This record gives sequence, structure tokens and C-alpha cells, in this order.
Amino acid sequence: MHEVLSKAKKTAVTPKNVLTVEGLKAYYINEHFGVRREVRAVDDISLTVQRNEVYGIAGESSSGKSSLIKTLAGAIRPPMRVVDGSVKFDFGGQSIDVYGAPEQLKPARWRHLSYIMQGSMNVLNPVRRVKHSFHDFAYRHMGLSGAAFWSKVRQHLERLGLDPDVLEAFPHQLSGGMRQRITIALATVCEPEFIIADEPTTALDVLVQQDVLGLIKDVQARMQASIIFVTHDMSVHAAITDRLAIMYAGRLAEEGATQALFDNPQHPYTAHLIGSLPRIGDVRVRKSLPGKPPALSDPPSGCRFHPRCPLAIERCSREVPLMQPSATGGRVACFRAGEVVAA
Amino acid sequence: MTDLLRLDHVTKLFPVGGFFSRRSMKAVDDVNFALSADKPEIFAIVGESGSGKSTLAKMMLGNEVPSSGQLSFDGTDVAAIRGRAAREAFMAKVQPVFQNPFEAFNPLTKLDEYLFATAHRFLGASNRGAREAAADAALQRVGLSLSEVRGRYSHELSGGQLQRIAVARALIPNPKLIVADEPVSMVDASLRMSIVNLFRELRDELKVSIIYITHDLATAYYISDRVIIMQKGKVIESGDARTVLEHPTQPYSIALKGAVLPPDPAAASAIIRQRQVVAG
Ligand SMILES: Nc1ncnc2c1ncn2[C@@H]1O[C@H](COP(=O)(O)OP(=O)(O)OP(=O)(O)O)[C@@H](O)[C@H]1O
Ligand SMILES: Nc1ncnc2c1ncn2[C@@H]1O[C@H](COP(=O)(O)OP(=O)(O)O)[C@@H](O)[C@H]1O
Ligand code: SF4
Ligand SMILES: [Mg+2]
Ligand SMILES: [Mg+2]
Repeated sequence: MHEVLSKAKKTAVTPKNVLTVEGLKAYYINEHFGVRREVRAVDDISLTVQRNEVYGIAGESSSGKSSLIKTLAGAIRPPMRVVDGSVKFDFGGQSIDVYGAPEQLKPARWRHLSYIMQGSMNVLNPVRRVKHSFHDFAYRHMGLSGAAFWSKVRQHLERLGLDPDVLEAFPHQLSGGMRQRITIALATVCEPEFIIADEPTTALDVLVQQDVLGLIKDVQARMQASIIFVTHDMSVHAAITDRLAIMYAGRLAEEGATQALFDNPQHPYTAHLIGSLPRIGDVRVRKSLPGKPPALSDPPSGCRFHPRCPLAIERCSREVPLMQPSATGGRVACFRAGEVVAA
Repeated sequence: MTDLLRLDHVTKLFPVGGFFSRRSMKAVDDVNFALSADKPEIFAIVGESGSGKSTLAKMMLGNEVPSSGQLSFDGTDVAAIRGRAAREAFMAKVQPVFQNPFEAFNPLTKLDEYLFATAHRFLGASNRGAREAAADAALQRVGLSLSEVRGRYSHELSGGQLQRIAVARALIPNPKLIVADEPVSMVDASLRMSIVNLFRELRDELKVSIIYITHDLATAYYISDRVIIMQKGKVIESGDARTVLEHPTQPYSIALKGAVLPPDPAAASAIIRQRQVVAG
């Protein structure tokens, strides 16, 4: 995979951004008896994803990971609204401005862009056999005759470690892990150029998880596709992502090459995430962060991490740290970046 | 001394026909173990996807009946519990926390309604104040509060928040046993530790026993007293959690342990590359 990546970089004149996100703000806006309540789940995020790159997003529960990628996938519904910024894809000349010209998105779905939602093992229609879901979602986009289509689907399922007979099953007859793999099969069978996946391997046991990660990487490398991979599991990020963004309370805290981020975290929150991982053979009590995750309807002033940050100084509660180039070649939003030592 | 929970030769067959028509489906195959009533413990069930863990959990909760063998709770055969009152009494003592918080809560029901309904049903909390007090106390135990949850629907909360609410709901009836099916799989490392630490507190302070079903060997090792490892419906290895997970003896358990991804990019991506070669 890394060879493929470096080759692609040599031949391309300039690295091509397939996705460009600028100043994106997306809020859940509720009016309750005339009182307006905003949950600022995505609050001023800018990032780019290149062709042939696996871009990870990590962060604690309710930090806004799902909200962010829902917005990137153009899959938001009221009460969520994009209040500022832009999301633009560029698929080899075909550009899509997701919020500027939303009609451009629909024809690209499944063929160019597929989105695996969190908990999406429930997208399978409970009263229909699995094969109908494949027919409904994928048949039109693959341009294959009936027999060739089904043989391709069966082959794809087998590579995900599933018995192709699952096509005849109803979802309730399958275990959670089987349904999860079927959803991944659905999203990858058309070999799209851009895959957005939210916690796609969290319901899988470690052995199956590795096969599935291997397969996702495989599809990705063959197509030189881009993936945005969201999980809170830092070991999965270690295994599959090229670059990694750490989200905290609706904002990016740090972004950089995965290896650099693990070796040399620049943000205190990144250092905490990496230091808190349990390992077999080690029974030391792991501390969770003091305090609660902030409420995004009323986030802390200044740096949103300041109430829980071991390095916080007075300035942190007054001023918002902006994303700046970091010492390790990435970006970081912290006034004391680089002073952290990995735990 | 009676056992809190006892499984004797518990087997569950799913009818053949339709899918997998070539073979009969033995989802759980001759499982035996017991939890003592005197000594609360955290008992982990680990195994690959489809190995029968959730089916076992459903039988413990009385939602599925064994095809053969016996599963008893407090000395009573669960399959033989008849009558509404006896069933309710059983259900109050054995509470579930499910695999997928997105499945556990109906998207059209407000989350606080679940908590109030549970307080009403099992505690007989008949007025609003009592229900709210019970809900708030349980939410406080998991690091939330009623004011954060009131009036909200499942899609408005993140997976980790939902899972904490599910644990809070399970605590309301003051159960003796919590059957937690993959309670931390949707939760990040920091919260994961706070939930498993919470299980430990429940065991030590409230004397609740916990069946902890998980794919995550690291947390199983970290909190469990005993563990069983399942493969294709059978228990292939069991014993003291630290001993079994440090020195597994069966090939499958060894593979499972070897497959834990290290939190280190170079080592972890090397493992996945190997997998790609095998799969591709
Ligand atoms: N209602 C049903 N009808 C037919 N087969 C079923 C039914 N429920 C479960 N099974 C089968 O029983 C086996 C065990 O399923 P179970 O849900 O217990 O697995 P699990 O160990 O919990 O897996 P996971 O880790 O993926 O959740 C699977 O092969 C599944 O397909
Ligand atoms: N439909 C919604 N209405 C209101 N708030 C929501 C909705 N969905 C999510 N939220 C809130 O947005 C925040 C971010 O949630 P989410 O994006 O699911 O986080 P993550 O995926 O990082 O766990 C949380 O505070 C959550 O409660
Ligand atoms: S800006 Fe201040 S509070 Fe925020 S992470 Fe850096 S040191 Fe901590
Ligand atoms: Mg999420
Ligand atoms: Mg299960």
C-alpha cells in the first residue's frame, strides 16, 4: 500500500485534493417553545483529503465525529443545518459542491461516493431478504448482467468471510457482526472512489475486524480510492490510516501523519488518547479524563479542552487557539503545542 | 448454597430451512457454568462473531428458551417461569444492556420515557417525582443527569451517551445480574474505561454480578474475574480471566489474543498488510 502511495505521488504533478472542506459549521438547531437551542457539533473545520489516502478521524464519544462526516457526505437532515463553510469533491474533473449545488451529489452516490453510517447494520430492510438490498442499492450502478452481477456479489461476500447464502437470509437471522460485514459489502461492491465510513468495524471481533480492515485497504489500494475512516479505536487508526485528525468538542485539535501523531503527539488531548489504551499483561488502572465531555450547546470559552487540560494556562480560557502548522509537519490547535510528553 | 445463575448442558438450535439450508444451526452447544450467589463477579464471554454469545445472553434474559439443557436463576428454571408477576420479578433481577445502543432505543420514543417506564414498572414509582428521582439517580451513577437527557431522542445523542443511558436504565430495578452484550463496542477508549470501571464499582458496591460479553480482550482482561472463550457455539476454554488471557492454550484463543491490534502504527499496519495478502 505504501509503495502504491509513493508511486502515485511521483506521477501526479500536484497532489490532488479529492475533498476540500473550508470553515465548515454545522449545527443542530432546535426551537423549543420559542427558545432556540444550538448544538455546535461541527464548528469551523477545514481539511483536505487526497486521492489514494486513508484519512482517520478520532475523538471521544459525542465529540462530533459522526456529525462531521454526515455533513461531508451530504446526509444531514433537519434539525441539522450547515450554517457556514463549504464541502467540495473533485472526482477527476467532475466537481461537486455539496452545499453550493446539492443537485450534483445524487448522481455520484454509490458510484463515486459511498457512506457507511454508524449503526448502519440497521439499514438492511428487516422484512426483506438481504439479496434485495444488494439489488436495490448496487445493481443499477454496476452495469453488469444479472448473472455476472450476482457472481460478483457472491465473490465479494466471500472475501469478507461471509457465506454467500446470507443473501437468502433475513437480517434478524444474522449476528451483529454478520450484518455489519454485509453493510460494508454493500458500500464497497461498486468500488467507489470515495468511501466515508463511521465506526464500520466496531461490532466485529478482532479476527474478523482484521480481515475487514484488510479488505477495505485492498479495495482502496486497487481503486486508489480515498477513505475517511471514523472510529474512536486508536488501534484501528494505527492499522489503517495514513493521516489522522483528532476531534474534540466539535473542533479539530490536531491533524498529522498517523505515525508522527502516535510517536509525537503535539496536543495534550492526543497525548491522553494515546496514553490511555489498555494492553494485555498490564493491569494498571487507567485514568479516564477528569470531568465530563463538554456540552456542545454551551461549550467552554477559549480552548474547549481547557477545563480538562493538564497544561491549561490563564490564556486558554480566554482565547481560541487556531489550527497552526505543527513541529511534526501536521497542524495543531494549542497554545502549548509540543510541550506535551506522551504518557 | 444456591447459585445465582446456573447453566447445565444448555444448547440452542435454530430451525434449518431457508438460509443455510445445508446444515442445522447449533448456535449454542452444551454450555455449562455457574455464578455463585454469595460472591458477585464479572464473568466475561469472549468469542468470534456468530459464536453464540448473544444467543446465550438472550437465554439468560428469558428471551429465548434452550432447545435442551437447563438454565436456572436463583434455583428456578427460567424456562419454567409462568405468570406475569413471577416473570416481572425475574426480569427486575436480571437486566440487559444491549450490543448496539442504536437498536436498543426506538427512535420515536424519548429517552427519559424509557427510564420513567422502567422505574414505574419495576419500582412501582407511581408519581412523576419518584420516577424522576430514580432516573436521575441512575443517570448520575453513569456520569449523566436527567437534565441532559430530558425530552431527547436517541438520534440526538452519540453512541457513547446512549450506552451510558442503557446502563443507567438497567440499574433502576436494583438488579442482581446485569447481562451486558458488547456494552463498550461503540464507545471510545476513555469512556470505555469509565464504563468498565463502573461495572467494577457495581460489583463491589452494589454486589451486582455482571455477564460481560465482549470482543475486546483488553477490557475483559482488565475487569473480569472469570472468562469463557466461545467458538461455534461451544466453550473451548474457561477459567480465571488473567490466567486464560495471559496463557491461552487452545489454537483459537491463541489466535484471538495474537490478533489484538497493537496501538502502534508500524506494527498494526504490518498485521493488516499480512491479512491483505491472505485475503487477496
Ligand atoms: N433467529 C434466528 N434464526 C436463525 N439463526 C439465528 C437466529 N439468531 C441467531 N442465529 C444464528 O446463530 C448464530 C449465533 O448468533 P449470535 O447472534 O448469538 O452471535 P454472536 O456471538 O452474538 O455474534 P456477534 O459477535 O456477531 O454479535 C449465528 O450463526 C446466527 O446467524
Ligand atoms: N439530531 C440531533 N439533534 C441534536 N443534537 C444532536 C443530534 N445528533 C447528534 N447531536 C449532538 O451532537 C453532538 C455530537 O454527536 P456525534 O456527532 O454523534 O458524536 P460522535 O460521533 O463523535 O460520538 C453530541 O452532543 C450529540 O448529542
Ligand atoms: S490551548 Fe491550553 S487548554 Fe487548550 S490544549 Fe493547549 S494548553 Fe490545553
Ligand atoms: Mg458517532
Ligand atoms: Mg452478538
